[in-house]
Amino acid sequence: MKNITTLKEFACTPDRFNGGHRLCPGCAHGMIVREVVNATDDDLVISTATGCLEVCTAIYPYTSWDVSWLHIGFENAAAGISGAEAMYKALSKKNKSYNPDKNVKFVAFGGDGGTYDIGFQSLSGATERGHDFLYVCLDNEGYMNTGAQRSSSTPIGAHTTTSPRGKLSYGEKNRKKDLTMIMAAHGCPYVATATPGSKHWKDMAQKAAKAISTVGPTFINALSPCTTEWKFKPEDTVEISDLAVETCMFPLFEIEDGHKLTVNYKPKNKLPVEEYLSKQGRFSHLFKPENRWVIEEIQKEVDRYWEYLLRREEAGV
Amino acid sequence: MATPKEMMTTWDKIQFGAVLPSFEDPANKVRSKFNSYNYKVADWRVEKPVFNRNLCIDCDFCWVFCPDSCFEVEEVVNKRGKKQAKIVGINYDLCKGCGVCVEVCPTPIKSLLMFSEFVENDEALKQWPKKEDKKD
Ligand SMILES: Cc1ncc(C[n+]2csc(CCOP(=O)(O)OP(=O)(O)O)c2C)c(N)n1
Ligand code: SF4
Ligand code: SF4
Ligand code: SF4
Ligand SMILES: [Mg+2]
Repeated sequence: MKNITTLKEFACTPDRFNGGHRLCPGCAHGMIVREVVNATDDDLVISTATGCLEVCTAIYPYTSWDVSWLHIGFENAAAGISGAEAMYKALSKKNKSYNPDKNVKFVAFGGDGGTYDIGFQSLSGATERGHDFLYVCLDNEGYMNTGAQRSSSTPIGAHTTTSPRGKLSYGEKNRKKDLTMIMAAHGCPYVATATPGSKHWKDMAQKAAKAISTVGPTFINALSPCTTEWKFKPEDTVEISDLAVETCMFPLFEIEDGHKLTVNYKPKNKLPVEEYLSKQGRFSHLFKPENRWVIEEIQKEVDRYWEYLLRREEAGV
Repeated sequence: MATPKEMMTTWDKIQFGAVLPSFEDPANKVRSKFNSYNYKVADWRVEKPVFNRNLCIDCDFCWVFCPDSCFEVEEVVNKRGKKQAKIVGINYDLCKGCGVCVEVCPTPIKSLLMFSEFVENDEALKQWPKKEDKKD
């Protein structure tokens, strides 16, 4: 496992994910992927589900990947990576000289649409079968590559083209699916949340390093603020990540062996959710008098979940 | 399998089983013409970040948060014999001008600032704010 302690040292890593891709300026996908692939010195095989990341990093005839990379469908990044892993294991067993001194690791990336929704069955199956891989969900809370349709990750109150705000609507009405807990319930040896916040680069890189070196299926749910569809200025991506953590809208935690929960960051002063919501155009309608109650509901739910995490950590069960 | 030399570069002439290798020379890490590292997105920019080496403390925040892998680093050894990354420049072919690096730069007077694309870097450095006009 790569030892990641200081940023000064981590920054000596030769980049394995290159610029020249066509993600929007300030897109958090690029930040997250760079940290994950730079968090190991092992050889990597990566599969990527269709979505902004795949589309923007493989525009013919260009590739942004310095590691082996395979594009797969929208729904089967996990199936693709488990197939590659199974093949590699089988070939190595059959032929001992097959890549003898290399430690090849397998990583899949999918958007929230490709993970919470359409790719969930292949992820659940791959996890159940116990393949040795890390799956990273780039959670921007909607189908952004096709112009912002809602997904089961879209939070209550958010405007998308299929959960539009209007005279009678306050935006998304269903609560965000708790995929991190669902993955932990599969009994994965390691599951965690992460986001590219200014204080949290090490949290994310260490989690990636740990997940990659853990044997068995591991999962990281990475909140990926989307400047274009969440409607905030591109330079504010890191600040939005920070606010998600400081308001506890997106708490940073990890779960080992399906049950042992650790909260990785506890804000000194938990900020009100307004601080996070008001910085994003997708929530601007919630600040109208008739929608204020939605913000109150969001706050209640955030408080309840935060309390639940703290108690569960304390109980150590 | 098609090799790079035989590769066609229009999508309708792509051959089955074609591989786009990221490296021309993998051992020496020489990236190929298929690597987006050799593509240019400079024309996406309206403003560019300018780097002021004199103020930089090499915290490397800009390196880790740049979504476009723009920061060029040089590995140096510090006084305690530990390796560390020194920022030496910005790859302007890859920079889209998002401004994230300027936001995360922690020095009291920023070591990175956005300037119009048309201002020469030397000129930008001359216009850099001084201590006195920091708070305005
Ligand atoms: C089976 C299938 N249905 C629909 C599409 C069209 N499609 C491409 S990307 C995308 C949305 C991706 O959303 P998400 O997984 O959240 O990734 P994001 O772009 O938000 O990062 C859709 C619907 C597809 N490629 N395949
Ligand atoms: S739409 Fe959002 S997720 Fe997609 S490239 Fe743009 S900023 Fe990134
Ligand atoms: S402006 Fe954006 S793309 Fe350009 S160097 Fe700074 S962070 Fe990277
Ligand atoms: S963020 Fe600022 S101080 Fe830190 S390395 Fe970059 S330019 Fe230097
Ligand atoms: Mg998405």
